[in-house]
Amino acid sequence: MPQTPPVKPYAQLRAETAGRDRSLHDKVVTLDAAAALIRDGEHVAIGGCMMSRTPSALIWALVRARRRNLTFSRSIVSSDGDIVFASGIAKKVITSWFSQGIVWGISRVMRAWTESGRAEFEEWSHMSMGLRYRAGAMGLPFMPTRSMMGSDVGRLRAGTTKDFVCPFTGEKLLLLPALNPDVAIIHVQRCDQFGNPQIDGLPFMDHDLALAAKRVILTTERIVSNDQIRRQPDQTAFPFFTVEAVAEVPYGSAPHECYGLYEPFFKHMDLFAEMTRADVEKGVEDYLKRFYFEPKSWTEYLDRLGLNDLLVATRAGRSIYDD
Amino acid sequence: MTSLLQRNYTSSELLAVMASRTLADGQTVFAGVGIPLLAATLAQRLHAPGITLLFEGGVLGPFIVPGELPPSTNEQRCTRRANMILPITDVLLLLQRGYVDIGFLGGAQIDRYGNINTSFIGDPAKPKTRLPGTGGGNDIASLAKIVVAMKHEKRRFVEKVDFITSPGFLSGGDSRARAGLPTGGMHKIVTDLAILGVDPASKKLRVEALHPGVAADQVRANTGFSIDFAPNATVTDLPTGRELEVLRQLDPAQLYTA
Repeated sequence: MPQTPPVKPYAQLRAETAGRDRSLHDKVVTLDAAAALIRDGEHVAIGGCMMSRTPSALIWALVRARRRNLTFSRSIVSSDGDIVFASGIAKKVITSWFSQGIVWGISRVMRAWTESGRAEFEEWSHMSMGLRYRAGAMGLPFMPTRSMMGSDVGRLRAGTTKDFVCPFTGEKLLLLPALNPDVAIIHVQRCDQFGNPQIDGLPFMDHDLALAAKRVILTTERIVSNDQIRRQPDQTAFPFFTVEAVAEVPYGSAPHECYGLYEPFFKHMDLFAEMTRADVEKGVEDYLKRFYFEPKSWTEYLDRLGLNDLLVATRAGRSIYDD
Repeated sequence: MTSLLQRNYTSSELLAVMASRTLADGQTVFAGVGIPLLAATLAQRLHAPGITLLFEGGVLGPFIVPGELPPSTNEQRCTRRANMILPITDVLLLLQRGYVDIGFLGGAQIDRYGNINTSFIGDPAKPKTRLPGTGGGNDIASLAKIVVAMKHEKRRFVEKVDFITSPGFLSGGDSRARAGLPTGGMHKIVTDLAILGVDPASKKLRVEALHPGVAADQVRANTGFSIDFAPNATVTDLPTGRELEVLRQLDPAQLYTA
């Protein structure tokens, strides 16, 4: 299989940025319209990390729209990785760690899809993922690192990294290729109509993703006024002019967590693990049907998760602000 | 000799207690979820209150709430009473900058030079089992001194790992430094049978202490390669009532210590 996306020439990177409407303008769209902005074959970087601030609703919409041949990249993937493989929207995920979560053991879906060769999990170290996005965000073609050398993680990626001797110190370094995704999809707690995103809690790699990507599509728990953003500009996570569209989707990270609002829906995560345990192919197909294809709307999806689980997750989520 | 029947703790509890004792007050410890987090938190509650924990989700100096162990190091539960939260890349770069004393990992498979595999069982091109991968493990093992906590089984302690996810001392001697990794490396491996360290010259793992009631042959029988004993090898002290009590407060549901 072809290795990681090639580094974009600087002229192309600049041309893509130059083509963007940088004005403060209304970017509010529906969830389906947001998903329609992502095209078959694109490289989509997923914001958040593992079970946190996953843009679950947007991935849900991409699955329902039956996108094809997407490549996803993310710091760490959880059940979102299983979903993009099993639904057939992606053949490749570039990440550092891939399983639902340690307490559920190794992901059955990830195993079934990668071991059969239907899909590829391209592995990089966690810091390397971060430095690749950061190089992309800085408009540089690579980033030197002191990690990943000597290991087989490094050896497997040798076709796309470069051994390098520092011209100042003579030390051995590794050059990591910049990662400039076609689209970054990021879920935030609040955002205004112009795409000023505000994030509470863990920032993960989202700032670098937004700057590295050609386009950024946001989902937000709620849309707030521009005046409200301007009262706390220190909370704005990345520049509005990187953002192409924003959709308001309450509980848009469910069944994963959104800091301060809800924790992961643990019973639902147990259910997913349970359904994929015995017969993974049949189990994940049933899961997709029940939670991805049958519900007519995101509200109906949340309905299927259930009010009880939603309230348990919400109570735990809000408790982070308790003493 | 203590027989298994007389033991009032599980193997995982023994692991967590023994691992916690390898940490010293004032250290900065980069910890993964599970036994590493439990052990570091236990140390923090008992002999090393000044330990600063780092989580790769982007957390510096949190204080875990008993009974609310995080499911990974990337969720809001990890941020309880933290001194700082920061981007993932920046918390990992603290390793490269040299601010981390100990990296604390679990492992699926380890070899005689302390190389760890968490990526593939079998041939990487056609694996028998695809494992979850490195996460920050490769970065932590490349850039810091490492403590590993894992069960002592023959299938886990192998002559040569199928895949080096997190580098130990590679092929021994000075091979690690020559590969571009002049710092860090395997420091201690805590198992449910023994504590292993590293021979300073050959960089091979060696037994430095046996847990109470464990015979040397038991360690040899559960290790997939011939292993030496340090000349001054000792026997560890039994887990104390206080250590077990605090551990059980931290993980009352036995998520990680069953």
